Amino acid sequence: MTVTEPGATDVTPVELVTLTIDDVEVSVPKGTLVIRAAELIGTEIPRFCDHPLLEPVGACRQCLVEVPDAGNGRGMPKPQASCTLEVAPGMVVKTQVTSATADKAQRGNLEFLLANHPLDCPVCDKGGECPLQNQALSHGNGESRFIESKRLFAKPVNVSENVLLDRERCVLCQRCTRFSEEIAGDPFIALLERGAQQQIGIADGEPFHSYFSGNTIQICPVGALTSADYRFRSRPFDLVSVPSVAEHDACGAAIRVDHRRDKVMRRLAGDDPEVNEEWITDKDRFAFTWSTREDRLRTPLVRDPETGELQPMSWPGALAVAARGLAGTRAGVLTGGRLTLEDAYAYAKFARVALGTNDIDFRSRPVTDEETAFLTHYVAGTGRGVTYRDLDQAGTVVLVGLEPEDEAGTLFLRLRKAVKNGTRVIALASHLTRGLHKLDAELVTVAPGGEAEALAQLSLTGTDVVLAGERLGQVAGGLSAAADLARRSGARLAWVPRRAGDRGALDAGCLPTLFPGGRPVAEAEARADLAAAWGIDQLPDAKGRDTSGIVAALASGELTSAVVGGVELADLPDPAAARAALEAAGFVVSLEVRASDVSPYADVVLPVAPAVEKSGTFVTWEGRRRPFDTVLEVSGSLPDVRVLAGIAEELGAPLGIRTVAAARRELDELGAWDGARAPFEAQPAAVAAAPAGTVVLDTWKQLIDDGRLQDGADTYRLTARPARLKANAATLAAAGVEPGESARLSTERGAAEFIADVADLPDGVVWVPANSEGVNVRSVLAAGPGDPVTLQPVEWDVRTPESTISPSKRHTQREGAQREGGVTGDE
Amino acid sequence: MSTLKETLWDPVAGFGVTFRTMFKKPVTEQYPKEKRPTAPRFHGRHQLNRWPDGLEKCVGCELCAWACPADAIYVEGASNTEDERFSPGERYGRVYQINYLRCILCGLCIEACPTRALTMTNEYELADDNREDLIYEKSDLLAPLLPGMTEPPHEMLISDDHHDYYRGKTLPIVEADAPSDSGESR
Repeated sequence: MTVTEPGATDVTPVELVTLTIDDVEVSVPKGTLVIRAAELIGTEIPRFCDHPLLEPVGACRQCLVEVPDAGNGRGMPKPQASCTLEVAPGMVVKTQVTSATADKAQRGNLEFLLANHPLDCPVCDKGGECPLQNQALSHGNGESRFIESKRLFAKPVNVSENVLLDRERCVLCQRCTRFSEEIAGDPFIALLERGAQQQIGIADGEPFHSYFSGNTIQICPVGALTSADYRFRSRPFDLVSVPSVAEHDACGAAIRVDHRRDKVMRRLAGDDPEVNEEWITDKDRFAFTWSTREDRLRTPLVRDPETGELQPMSWPGALAVAARGLAGTRAGVLTGGRLTLEDAYAYAKFARVALGTNDIDFRSRPVTDEETAFLTHYVAGTGRGVTYRDLDQAGTVVLVGLEPEDEAGTLFLRLRKAVKNGTRVIALASHLTRGLHKLDAELVTVAPGGEAEALAQLSLTGTDVVLAGERLGQVAGGLSAAADLARRSGARLAWVPRRAGDRGALDAGCLPTLFPGGRPVAEAEARADLAAAWGIDQLPDAKGRDTSGIVAALASGELTSAVVGGVELADLPDPAAARAALEAAGFVVSLEVRASDVSPYADVVLPVAPAVEKSGTFVTWEGRRRPFDTVLEVSGSLPDVRVLAGIAEELGAPLGIRTVAAARRELDELGAWDGARAPFEAQPAAVAAAPAGTVVLDTWKQLIDDGRLQDGADTYRLTARPARLKANAATLAAAGVEPGESARLSTERGAAEFIADVADLPDGVVWVPANSEGVNVRSVLAAGPGDPVTLQPVEWDVRTPESTISPSKRHTQREGAQREGGVTGDE
Repeated sequence: MSTLKETLWDPVAGFGVTFRTMFKKPVTEQYPKEKRPTAPRFHGRHQLNRWPDGLEKCVGCELCAWACPADAIYVEGASNTEDERFSPGERYGRVYQINYLRCILCGLCIEACPTRALTMTNEYELADDNREDLIYEKSDLLAPLLPGMTEPPHEMLISDDHHDYYRGKTLPIVEADAPSDSGESR
């Protein structure tokens, strides 16, 4: 286990303290605990409650050592817990290696812990990887002198849908309660009762619903907390562990994937002190079954011109059909935000070399020219900018257009740690969410759309950091104001996208204004440089169309074909318009892991590998590259780069790269652009007043929601926060909605119903989750943050229109959506 | 040149063994017409034992699979539920396979088994004409139902309390319900 010390990069010399442990003299920084000083000389003192990332507590008493001299010439009369004992100059410590007293104390304590710990290791999920089991063997007595009956509890208890508690096994080390309180800030699990009945528990009716609850399972040193999903699925010695990187957000959390017989059994947090330390979100931990659902595509599908059905076809055949269909057309490329850097590079090169177009965009969400220009100027190809460690040292961190707990869980935990070390967080948001509350954030209340003006009024210093979420891009003048704030105050600015592939796609050139490595399309020098590197005569030099432009051009016939990879139509600015556009397109090639809502419009559906079945690199919001290896070798599961190379060869314009390794090598050789960057013109802030009778919508996706990458993780989904509409009392009263009752949000496109809650939003603003409990706000309302919507009470005597999704209809709606897909074929 | 002894005596002496054996009892076993019992602790085919009410003793812990030097055992555990109980505790072996193409009948799995669920019988006739049938499933390995036993899944019939169950506190066994009843309760 490793620790990041705050300010470890500082050059200030650390004050060293010299002490003697087991007759070995060692110098360690002041304030070090004896248990860690002993690790430095290679002595491992047994422990349960001690965890380097948690505050010392001395709860389990396992790490007792003898202290013949506390540094003041006098010895401690009794063995001391080395996990709470700080080093002192001249201190003498004897561990179990040299002291019979310490050894006896440790053996006695283990026997004591085992007095009540059941010997059910054969049925315990921790068996085989259990610190108690291991230390009982290495430091314990073989026999126990206790012959009495052990303490009994009913077992197991669900502390949440994800986490099971077996109180008999608990040794009361309090790692779980300390994690929940110190790290996650969700103190929903605590010590109850006293004496022999002391136990871990939850309050009645208050389950342990934390976005980070899975970490307690991993740090539990006994089998007291176990995963409901992983329960009895396998044993540690069955599993093959492969380090990897989480694909759910742009944080790049290190994970460990454990698989057995080509099936992923569980995922655990990896250990990366620079990124996620040892913590991951429940999404990173539990949501991994999406890639093995029934609708997974295993073979290429080609639409039969006669029947209009998708039919399975061989790879060479399907690639040839795709190439024939794309040849001579004007194509647009939508890549989605979930690609690895290498796959994104293949798309970027494919669009330029094989299709001869700059009509490529990775953003499957509303886009603005301002955002395109901002990304081109400030972000693409700039390498590592603000890092997680910088947050620890920042004086103030400004969050705008970003709800870290929902949209970047790892970032949230690092921010929370920074806050404990004295960093101040200012959040520009519509209301103080639970996540912002846990960050002790100072809320600057802004209605969606008003961020730019609020940013203009902030003043920061050079040690401060501005974290701009991707939602800020949809605010007129928002990114301009953020850039301006950074420029005039010297604060550092970082763009935090939601999806794992966003930053990588940007660096790889999946943007209409960008070539790989941040080369601007508009710069002739950059074009010449890239054409020479790629060995081609000419690159397309026209500014391409962005996501909205591609959709519009497909609808109007300016573009006649589309290559779509990993795009959810429901994420696009107007899902209905996107459907119509794909319907109108002459030829659609879809590269997908699972059948999606693009499949019904596709002429060729090419299956690609999910992250677990390929190698690649995700780029975090910091610009840090996070390479990972293939976890499962599945024959016939090809990465996007191989599929695109196949089409390009059939088109007669080979990419020159066929493998992930080759793509990475070529991208590295290409390097980042160091020439002139495309100019960025600041845009003025413009707040459109909501039409009378409407309210302004604020919305984002919650961490646990209906996203397709969470499909199949059913117990995990049950821990989602309820989908509630939030507005202040005045707004609800003005619309005639009673708090706690159903309210209807509607636009001319549709309506959805939510239970209304009172929260501290500004007047005339409502917040709903974007994709929870079967309601995809963009699909149903065709509206996003800042858009006007109508808020009404639900009148039960009025017949509910067909287009309304009410809470009672949601269940069937979701089931229906899963059955859809419109693909005949491989199952 | 061979000596006179080699030429005349040695061929006759060679038949001496034959003649002597003609008057001894033959040791040939008439297998498979006559089957002789093995030594009592012979390592034969495995058996998965049951509790006196018919529930399985196997808890799916996979220690046998871990101990196996030939990697012949495959186990998957699963959770007992109130409606569908196969073993008295929380966990049971949902999948249990022994591959007799690989098994060397060494008995390390028996030593590893923490519940005495896995033992070995004296049955040694482990031959077949195809590979698939030599992978024994749980249904092939489970001990036959003795009087008083009911085929799981069913509730714990010896005692509701786990601790009394293992100690057999409420023995003798309550006569099990008819199988059709437990079928309905499922």
